[in-house]
Amino acid sequence: MKPIISISHLSKTYAGGFTALNNISLDITEGEILALLGPNGAGKTTLISIICGIVNATSGSVSVAGYDSNKHYRAARALIGLVPQELTLGAFDTVWNTLCFSRGLFGKKSNPAYIEQLLKDLSLWEKKNSLLMTLSGGMKRRVLIGKALSHEPSILFLDEPTAGVDVELRKDMWALVRKLRKSGVTIILTTHYIEEAEEIADRVGIINKGELLVVDDKLALMHKLGKRQLMIDLEQSISLIPESLLDWELELSNKGKSLIYTYDPRNERTGIAELLRAIDVAKLSLRDVNTSQTSLEDIFINLVNQ
Amino acid sequence: MNIQAIKVIYKYEMLRAWKTLLQSFASPVISTILYFVVFGSAIGGRIEQVEGVSYGAFIVPGLIMLALLTHSIANASFGIFFPKFTGTIYEILSAPISFIEILIGYVGAAATKSFIIGIVILATAGFFVPLEIAHPVWMLTFLVLTCISFSLFGFIIGLWAVDFEKLQLVPLLVITPLVFLGGSFYTIDMLPPAWQTVTLFNPVVYLISGFRWSFFEVSDVSVWISLGVVSSFLMLCLVTVWWMFKTGYRLKH
Repeated sequence: MKPIISISHLSKTYAGGFTALNNISLDITEGEILALLGPNGAGKTTLISIICGIVNATSGSVSVAGYDSNKHYRAARALIGLVPQELTLGAFDTVWNTLCFSRGLFGKKSNPAYIEQLLKDLSLWEKKNSLLMTLSGGMKRRVLIGKALSHEPSILFLDEPTAGVDVELRKDMWALVRKLRKSGVTIILTTHYIEEAEEIADRVGIINKGELLVVDDKLALMHKLGKRQLMIDLEQSISLIPESLLDWELELSNKGKSLIYTYDPRNERTGIAELLRAIDVAKLSLRDVNTSQTSLEDIFINLVNQ
Repeated sequence: MNIQAIKVIYKYEMLRAWKTLLQSFASPVISTILYFVVFGSAIGGRIEQVEGVSYGAFIVPGLIMLALLTHSIANASFGIFFPKFTGTIYEILSAPISFIEILIGYVGAAATKSFIIGIVILATAGFFVPLEIAHPVWMLTFLVLTCISFSLFGFIIGLWAVDFEKLQLVPLLVITPLVFLGGSFYTIDMLPPAWQTVTLFNPVVYLISGFRWSFFEVSDVSVWISLGVVSSFLMLCLVTVWWMFKTGYRLKH
């Protein structure tokens, strides 16, 4: 399928000499949800900002639906809606006016019925005449989404939409993203949270230090990255892992009082039951057992070190 | 052309002035009335006619220019600086709008506000001094050109400024002295010869001279030179804004 966004050898070095993006190439398919994962300062926002026309690239090119984002910026930008990371809203406008303003900026004629439906979908209809400065953080986030959707874009960028957002709003946003995807909108979101990418994305890209480390189908990537750890606390500390447990490649931690087993939950056999039996045979007494997901930071460190 | 975008920006900016009606329109009118009271009546009563024009009437074009310049710059600079300051500029930059359309919206609104202020001050002046406009078309031409060119200049300041201090820097330290030394309250030949030469380097002199000529047919320099200077300033501002948008100077960093 022809990509709706094609990024080719994109680089950005700021005036101070900091390289935010280094030779990034990426194709985004129409109708997909792509999650860009990366730590703070990885270059996610810079990448989005260049595609949307907010920041100039140092080199490389971006085309949107076949339109070069510089030469044919009108056609390219008309297709895009952007929800920024920060809650950047004027203070003295009403919710209704700010959405109408955004729609007009993108050259669309006034359509009160569409704006009304949009506000209802975002649970903002009751607040349509409220001043923006009187809204809560969650509502401001919804208003930003409303502004981005006010001109009926076919591509939506969500820059860390769930940062600092409560669980309810996060679930609402995921539902909204799925609904938009069903209507054919291509969605690119950036996030710190691997669970978020796992929940809604079709493909996942990982950016670190301005480089796109990997882009892959979500399931394939989760298979590679989705390691879990089983922490086994022992009643008594040990100095060496018994020979009978070496097959599980355990780590000894907590001054010999804990064993850590890293496993892949998607494998048919995780090896947990066999390990617990082997521990029993080795006459080690268990105090407690718990599991944890490998953090995104750990995954990044692994990828960067590779 | 993205007419809808121009309309919403223009409407938004005009609405901002409407919300602060007293500050936007009443304040400059009150200031100008005070100038009339102090310079026109209190001091003007002791000054004889200047080039055949009563001093009260003589200062009217200068006072209008003083208000136009300061308010054009203030309106346009704040109009574009505030979205930069709050971060909402992202929306303008990511929209399918050319720099010309952005200019028409922001500068058009700032110039309209200044034009209204100019007309209101002119009407107010009519209550204090008998006024006749010898060349109404020239008067309107200078009025419109000044509103547009100094709104453009204000827009440049708004793009350039990175904080509120810088936003005030140029209007306070450059524009106000230039206007006061630009012949608002006197003709050039009332100055010592050396200062007459220095004054010719002040572009505001040409503005006020041309504008005053359209009222009383009295000028320090030829009206065509005045027109040329205003038009050149307008072009210079346009080229500067074009360059700022093309390079993304202080916009797309």
